[in-house]
Amino acid sequence: MSDLLKVSSSPHVRAKDDTSRIMLYVILALMPTTIFGIVNFGLRALALILVCVFTCVISEFLFEKAVGKKNTIGDFSAVVTGLLLALNLPFTLPIWQAVLGSVFAIVVVKMLFGGLGQNFMNPALGGRVFLVISFAATMTHFEYDGVAGATPLQLLKSGEAVNTLDMLIGHTGGTIGETSALCILIGAIILILLGVIDLTIPGVYIVTFSIFIILFGGHGFDTTYLVAHLCGGGLMLGAFFMATDYVTSPITPSGKVIFGICLGLLTGIFRIFGNSAEGVSFAIIFSNLLVPLIEKVTVPRAFGITREKKPKEVKANE
Amino acid sequence: MNKNLERLYNGLWKENPTFVLMLGMCPTLAVTTSAINGIGMGLSTTVVLVLSNMMISALRNIIPDRVRMPAFIVVVASFVTIVQFLMQGFTPSLYASLGIYIPLIVVNCIILGRAESYASKNPVIPSMFDGIGMGLGFTVGLTLIGIVREILGNGSVFGVTISALNDFHITLFGLAPGAFIVLGFLVAIMNVVRRKMEAAGKPLPAVQGCLSGDCSGCTLSSACTGKSMVHVTKEEIPVDPKDVAKPEPAKDAVKQTANTKNTEDVEKSGSDSSYADDDIEGKEENK
Repeated sequence: MSDLLKVSSSPHVRAKDDTSRIMLYVILALMPTTIFGIVNFGLRALALILVCVFTCVISEFLFEKAVGKKNTIGDFSAVVTGLLLALNLPFTLPIWQAVLGSVFAIVVVKMLFGGLGQNFMNPALGGRVFLVISFAATMTHFEYDGVAGATPLQLLKSGEAVNTLDMLIGHTGGTIGETSALCILIGAIILILLGVIDLTIPGVYIVTFSIFIILFGGHGFDTTYLVAHLCGGGLMLGAFFMATDYVTSPITPSGKVIFGICLGLLTGIFRIFGNSAEGVSFAIIFSNLLVPLIEKVTVPRAFGITREKKPKEVKANE
Repeated sequence: MNKNLERLYNGLWKENPTFVLMLGMCPTLAVTTSAINGIGMGLSTTVVLVLSNMMISALRNIIPDRVRMPAFIVVVASFVTIVQFLMQGFTPSLYASLGIYIPLIVVNCIILGRAESYASKNPVIPSMFDGIGMGLGFTVGLTLIGIVREILGNGSVFGVTISALNDFHITLFGLAPGAFIVLGFLVAIMNVVRRKMEAAGKPLPAVQGCLSGDCSGCTLSSACTGKSMVHVTKEEIPVDPKDVAKPEPAKDAVKQTANTKNTEDVEKSGSDSSYADDDIEGKEENK
């Protein structure tokens, strides 16, 4: 009680949550996925994760040193970026490409726009898309159990049968973190219980995407096909961990719904009608660009002000 | 001659069209996938720029002010057509790789900009040097971007493959986003160099306005938002005399008419004295 009676300028009551604590929660929530990825793909995956995290932190540190800005590696956002980027890479990716992607994510996507809170797109996804465009061969080369093969989504696209139970647990080829929908859902529940994310964006995203698949997937209401699409690729990882990024998602309640619908539609369009089997990262990045517009048109009504009166008042003032 | 050298320096460094004025961004971003393309585009623009600057400068007293834009376009388009045919005949591979961007030189902002702000107001020789300076500045800019993008995106320089980079091709730099990123980094480096020169006590003259800082002859002056960038420097003096010279005879004419009509003169002096009285009253009130 005595803590609450301090004489000082506002804010008088502080929550315990700050940036570094929230980032630690996210890292904690990513741990099931990360550990499963390492178990699934071996030590090469661990090495790649460590390299990405290390490079992200170091490049943020060096950039801030070089331009004389305040050091912000203590907020762990660079660790989250590195971890998310690594989870979005195939474990066979050459190390130098992972380093390049990490540097791009931190320096170009995040720091050049002003650091955490100013970046217009998710840094990890920016880094991933940079790598996908630059090194298409190594970024789409997936091995599982020492055998190179297509991901379930690629099989699905070419009309072959997939094992949805394997996809749910994660015993398939793919990037390090995307294979196990189960582990991602555990992490998502952790985040929701800790109050870090709310369910609006991922919920609307997944529902919109499901409706799109049912309508345009060519299989009608086929549960196996739908589950395969939901568990395959980066949809789960993207929906719960990257579309909910505070900086690059709308802050208004109705804006979140619009954002989720955009994500679902774009992912569906990219997956069903696009050349590539996967489109989550492009859908999220494209929707990130729409966020300022979405926020502009969904400014909530302030209490006591009706929308009709507002323009009249402005005119009277003029 | 000193003025001509100053024109070269102006185009190459002080008002480099690519890195300082940010003019002609369309070819800058689109064709610089390789160093050769950059040089080819830069040099063909330079040729057109020099020739059109000279032609427009020579015709500057004949072209009526109202139709100067169409006149400039006709001159520029003629030279572009000549250059296009020459390139098609003698450098077919370069012609193929530059494609639509050669005819688009006609609407390149640099060429029209220099015609409007410099060549139409200055003699032929300085205009020629202005064209050479600006053209070379553009060529250097495009070539630099081209070299960086070619090394990173294709692992080669001027078409010569660097074997050490065989496995290090970053495709992104051959595509549009790479062009924006490389341009941004080069402009940043340029700004750092400028700032360091200023810190070392060798400040570069400030960049003037959108093209030359001479807004008086600009048709877009009313809609322009960049007028606050205008800095008056010594460089403007050679541009000005024409404009300054015009009002002077007008003033003389007014004086002459005023002298012939004594009544007006008296009225003027009367009004002057009344203003003076006001001033004195104001001062007294202040006291």
